[in-house]
Amino acid sequence: MKVLVTVKEVAEVEDDFEIEGTEIGSQYLTYDLNEWDDYAVEEGVQIAEDGDDVEVVAVTIGPERSEETIRMALAKGADRAVRVWDESLEGTDLLDVDAKVRLLEAVVEEEDPDLVLSGVQAGDDAFGATGVALADEIGFEWAAVVNQLDLDADAGVAHVHRELEGGVDEVTDVELPAVLTIQTGINEPRYASLRGIRQAQSKEIAPKDLDDLGLSAADVESDLRLTEMYEPETESDATYFDGGPEEEAGQLADLLRDKGVAE
Amino acid sequence: MTDVLAVAEHRRGDLRDVSYEVITVGRELADETGGDLHLAVIGGDVDAFAEDLNREGVDAIHTVDHGEEFNHGVYTQAVAQLYDTTDAGYVVTPNSVNGLDYAPAVANRLDLPVVTDVIGLDASGDGLVATREMYGSKVETTVELDADRAVVTIRGAEWPPAEGTGDADVTAFDADIDESAVRSTVTGFEEAGGGDVDISEADVLVSVGRGIEEEENIELVQDLADALDATLSSSRPIVDNGWLPKNRQVGQSGKVVTPDVYIAIGISGAVQHVAGMKGSDTIVAINTDPNAPIFDLADYGIVDDLFDVVPALIEEFE
Ligand SMILES: Cc1cc2nc3c(=O)[nH]c(=O)nc-3n(C[C@H](O)[C@H](O)[C@H](O)COP(=O)(O)OP(=O)(O)OC[C@H]3O[C@@H](n4cnc5c(N)ncnc54)[C@H](O)[C@@H]3O)c2cc1C
Repeated sequence: MKVLVTVKEVAEVEDDFEIEGTEIGSQYLTYDLNEWDDYAVEEGVQIAEDGDDVEVVAVTIGPERSEETIRMALAKGADRAVRVWDESLEGTDLLDVDAKVRLLEAVVEEEDPDLVLSGVQAGDDAFGATGVALADEIGFEWAAVVNQLDLDADAGVAHVHRELEGGVDEVTDVELPAVLTIQTGINEPRYASLRGIRQAQSKEIAPKDLDDLGLSAADVESDLRLTEMYEPETESDATYFDGGPEEEAGQLADLLRDKGVAE
Repeated sequence: MTDVLAVAEHRRGDLRDVSYEVITVGRELADETGGDLHLAVIGGDVDAFAEDLNREGVDAIHTVDHGEEFNHGVYTQAVAQLYDTTDAGYVVTPNSVNGLDYAPAVANRLDLPVVTDVIGLDASGDGLVATREMYGSKVETTVELDADRAVVTIRGAEWPPAEGTGDADVTAFDADIDESAVRSTVTGFEEAGGGDVDISEADVLVSVGRGIEEEENIELVQDLADALDATLSSSRPIVDNGWLPKNRQVGQSGKVVTPDVYIAIGISGAVQHVAGMKGSDTIVAINTDPNAPIFDLADYGIVDDLFDVVPALIEEFE
């Protein structure tokens, strides 16, 4: 059995930052494995640990820099990785869902997985749509926002819980092959061990460009353009307490006493 | 001139609030494109739902009587077919957990661009301009699309619900559902963790987020809660980490709370968190990041390190 896990390196923004055009200045960004994908990787690795002969392949769309992050997935137990990138993607500031689907579809065709796990959303652009769109494109069944997975590969069914709003789970049987988008909290992602990190160094990260995947630049042209980025106008009319921790605590304590919260 | 197709949402017999909001958005878009607003309601007691959804501004309601509950296979097929039989250009759905379970598939099937979690829309120009957030609400962006065709999922509680009584044509749409393409089956629902405490009943909540860094540090905020005779709640990562049980989680997928005082400590104020606590009477935020979105909501703010402020606060009450 083969499990393909889609992973993304996402940028996190420091507390103080500046916007340059439609981007945040690179000096204000740090990069990390997307939070939701971390849980997807863990779920894939656990499936491999529970079953015989399960291969976990991580796939990412990202420039060379992202290899550092992909190694985290390898260090946590993915067997190998595929990294899709192309010079023609370099200038795109927003790769739309459709373009991502074309790229991932080509990888699915090559890899022929039984199960695809992706994160519910990416922490940076928060589209939350790639997994489901991909499933529809490749003819897999799917489930979005999965917070519990009980895989019965022999019966060809994934028993899942989908986490709806308001503390309610939907309980669903999903036929395999399927794409599941994984919600945080489904498991406890492991830390990469030193041994894992060492082993990851020797695992393969296969680079693929459009040519390799039989695609042209036109296939991945984005319909969406990012035209503006700005800090939202603050709607804050908060009263701020200041003057250092003691004074701030004192003022807040007065407020709480006024409100009758404490004496 | 293109029409707009909006899709309502219901669960366990009740329409969800966002159903009335997609009408508002759909009407605005239809006004800008000069088209009609079609509304689809799929599954459940469609006739009763249609009556309730027949509000001002809706031109046509299409009922698809198929199954009790949401099933993305049915929704995807029905919405795609309705798109083809109406003159719709834009499809508007909730950016809910279920919306995200079918809208991207509809877009893919119809070969339309998809823009999710939209908080502002303008179709008065040549194409569509959508406003959305990135980086956990730290920035807002505008996204442009040359086409007058797209699937758009809208964030809940950003637009007012449609009101008034409408005179829409209500017709049953005989969707041709290919059952062999419906390969998932909903077998039930489960309420997540009952537990010992009902945070939605609490008058005062001390709520802790990822800023607390380590499990051991939870004790610090528990001490504050004890000193204030308050109840401890949290944002999602604390529960995901197993540091507090699920019944303490405030937010979209946790509990909606409306205490007299909500003290958010080391919580950024992500939209899914805010969904659960914005109705609190007085909101206090303690956060090192002056730009944290939680301050937009707060009545009182302290921009400082919680590890300095919280101990000092505990001391005040000892
Ligand atoms: C489908 C879905 C459903 C979700 N449902 C929920 C939900 O129900 N509830 C929920 O909460 N989230 C939910 N989320 C997750 C949500 O998107 C955020 O990831 C989460 O709310 C972030 O929690 P946080 O604010 O604790 O952490 P972060 O966003 O990481 O914020 C931590 C904050 O702590 C501050 N901080 C750090 N150190 C200190 C310090 N020493 N002193 C003071 N401040 C400090 C930082 O400045 C930052 O603002 C959901 C997400 C999805 C996709």
